[in-house]
Amino acid sequence: MSTADLEQGFAATISADQRIEPRDWMPEAYRRTLIRQIAQHAHSEIIGMQPEGNWILRAPSLRRKAILIAKVQDEAGHGLYLYAAAETLGVDREALTEKLIESRQKYSSIFNYPTLSFADIGVIGWLVDGAAICNQVPLCRCSYGPYARAMIRICKEESFHQRQGFELLLAMVNGSDAQREMVQESTNRWWWPTVMMFGPPDDDSPNTAQSMEWGIKRHTNDELRQRFVDMAVPQAAALGVSLPDPELVWNEERKAHDYGDPDWEEFKAVVAGAGPTNAQRVARRRRAHENGAWVREAAQAYADKQAARAAGRKDCEVAA
Amino acid sequence: MNVHHTDVKEHDAANAYQSMSETTGHDDPRWAFGTGVEDAQAEITSPVPDGVDAADLAAYCLMLGDDALICSHRLSEWVSNAPELEEDVALANTALDLLGQARVLLARAGQVEGRDRDEDSLAYLRLEAQFRNVALAEIGDDLDFACAIARLLLFSSWRLALLHRLLDSRDPVIAAVAGKGVNEVTYHRDYAARWALRLGDGTAESHDRMQTALNAVWPYVEELYRPSEVERRLVEAGVAVDPALTRAEVDAVLDEVLAKATLARPDGPPIGTIGGRGGRQGVHTEHLGHVLAEMQSLARQHPEATW
Repeated sequence: MSTADLEQGFAATISADQRIEPRDWMPEAYRRTLIRQIAQHAHSEIIGMQPEGNWILRAPSLRRKAILIAKVQDEAGHGLYLYAAAETLGVDREALTEKLIESRQKYSSIFNYPTLSFADIGVIGWLVDGAAICNQVPLCRCSYGPYARAMIRICKEESFHQRQGFELLLAMVNGSDAQREMVQESTNRWWWPTVMMFGPPDDDSPNTAQSMEWGIKRHTNDELRQRFVDMAVPQAAALGVSLPDPELVWNEERKAHDYGDPDWEEFKAVVAGAGPTNAQRVARRRRAHENGAWVREAAQAYADKQAARAAGRKDCEVAA
Repeated sequence: MNVHHTDVKEHDAANAYQSMSETTGHDDPRWAFGTGVEDAQAEITSPVPDGVDAADLAAYCLMLGDDALICSHRLSEWVSNAPELEEDVALANTALDLLGQARVLLARAGQVEGRDRDEDSLAYLRLEAQFRNVALAEIGDDLDFACAIARLLLFSSWRLALLHRLLDSRDPVIAAVAGKGVNEVTYHRDYAARWALRLGDGTAESHDRMQTALNAVWPYVEELYRPSEVERRLVEAGVAVDPALTRAEVDAVLDEVLAKATLARPDGPPIGTIGGRGGRQGVHTEHLGHVLAEMQSLARQHPEATW
């Protein structure tokens, strides 16, 4: 088949809202875009273990500790599915990890903010996981099959995490004054970084149009951001916390909330590496990877020896 | 400014959150997953078996519970530090299993002693000398994977041997923990043994590291077989197991693993006691104070709070 035929077949699959599978032909740019997006997503899960892991050892009740360990464990699992989805596009986990620790690939900027109080564990569940869900639910219908299927499982677990985060905050706002203050302070600190998780405004988002055309992305950044804000406002009211945006107001005409502009200069700076914890997060990931090198080598050497022994036994059997 | 957007589902979601705000009960089993507490909840309030001293039973639950709690803490230090993501998952899972065992045992200790202390007051508000775990559970590994594996191999081989013998304990909570724990700890031991093989029989470097780690951890093994007075009395009462009886089983397991892993059985002298006292009597290594300083810090800052 000619390239034109292949391109036509690909376009037909996309326009019929069918899935592209690993064995199917796909344009190089589509493959590259997906690898970049899935890798960033996988890296985000793995780096995201750090800010939450920061409170495992200090969790203030055993039940909260169990919930937090289980959540961080889920994130490692999500990273595993996503790296596996990326592998179907011809890149392996080791190569992607190298790119991450050399800062040649990115992860969600939200994880470049520190977790400074235990309320942050609740707020990350409520707002950050809530925003992630808004972003990720449409990915369950992404045109690339393995990614879409991984996202279905991930979204189910994320929605559980969001409810757990919200439930922690409910317990805290119904607790002591100090706990209520922690929740409000944490909400103030995380609100704007979360609003920025959807990426730059649509008029400043160069990749959106192509990704939507390919069925990788289903909604624009601003559409998703609006959805998130509209979801978060009644939840904040249920918690009795305020959101730190004086321009946030219900617009009856639009049947949606108007909200203020985030500090996009801060966003750009954090993406460029100047966030409060960019260096710390990457250094930690690098340390784990480098400290583990001898372990991975040992596992490989052992597997090789076992295979050689099994082959040797087979030879003996044949000789006998 | 922003795109018009409405979606019925979002309002449902919002309502669901609001309805949750009316049901914040901490005992809702939906929120206690992965802990095993919900399974044992009924037994925790069972009466102290006839002829058993309540203070002894509470102390024994603390021994078994603190072993699990402190070992779980050490394992959870590995989260986001492991050599592979699979190991992050496995070590977190092991930490979670042990934490689940600890929660039930601490809750039972609190119930039996009758001083109105729950699992959290026992975990977070006791002082170092009131902890009853063995030293092996508390020693640090400085994120050396070989050390973590050596410690887990010894700990899980021993704990599994204990739990097997506790399946018919006269205390229903201990028996229930053993029933669930046998499956869990069988997996922990299997995991540690597989890694001991890979590291012992992997590269020259991994062999040396694994042997060094084993040599460092081995002196803490002797304490595992030393019965305290409390345990002796509870063996008589049909509640506890004499840890000395686990030695043969643990030795056989370790000999098999070490041989396959091409590792030598260390022969250094065991760590001694202070005036005959060790972890079971509340005399610990220097490590435990640091573990508790971290673990208890936030809970102690807000002693009046519930989470």
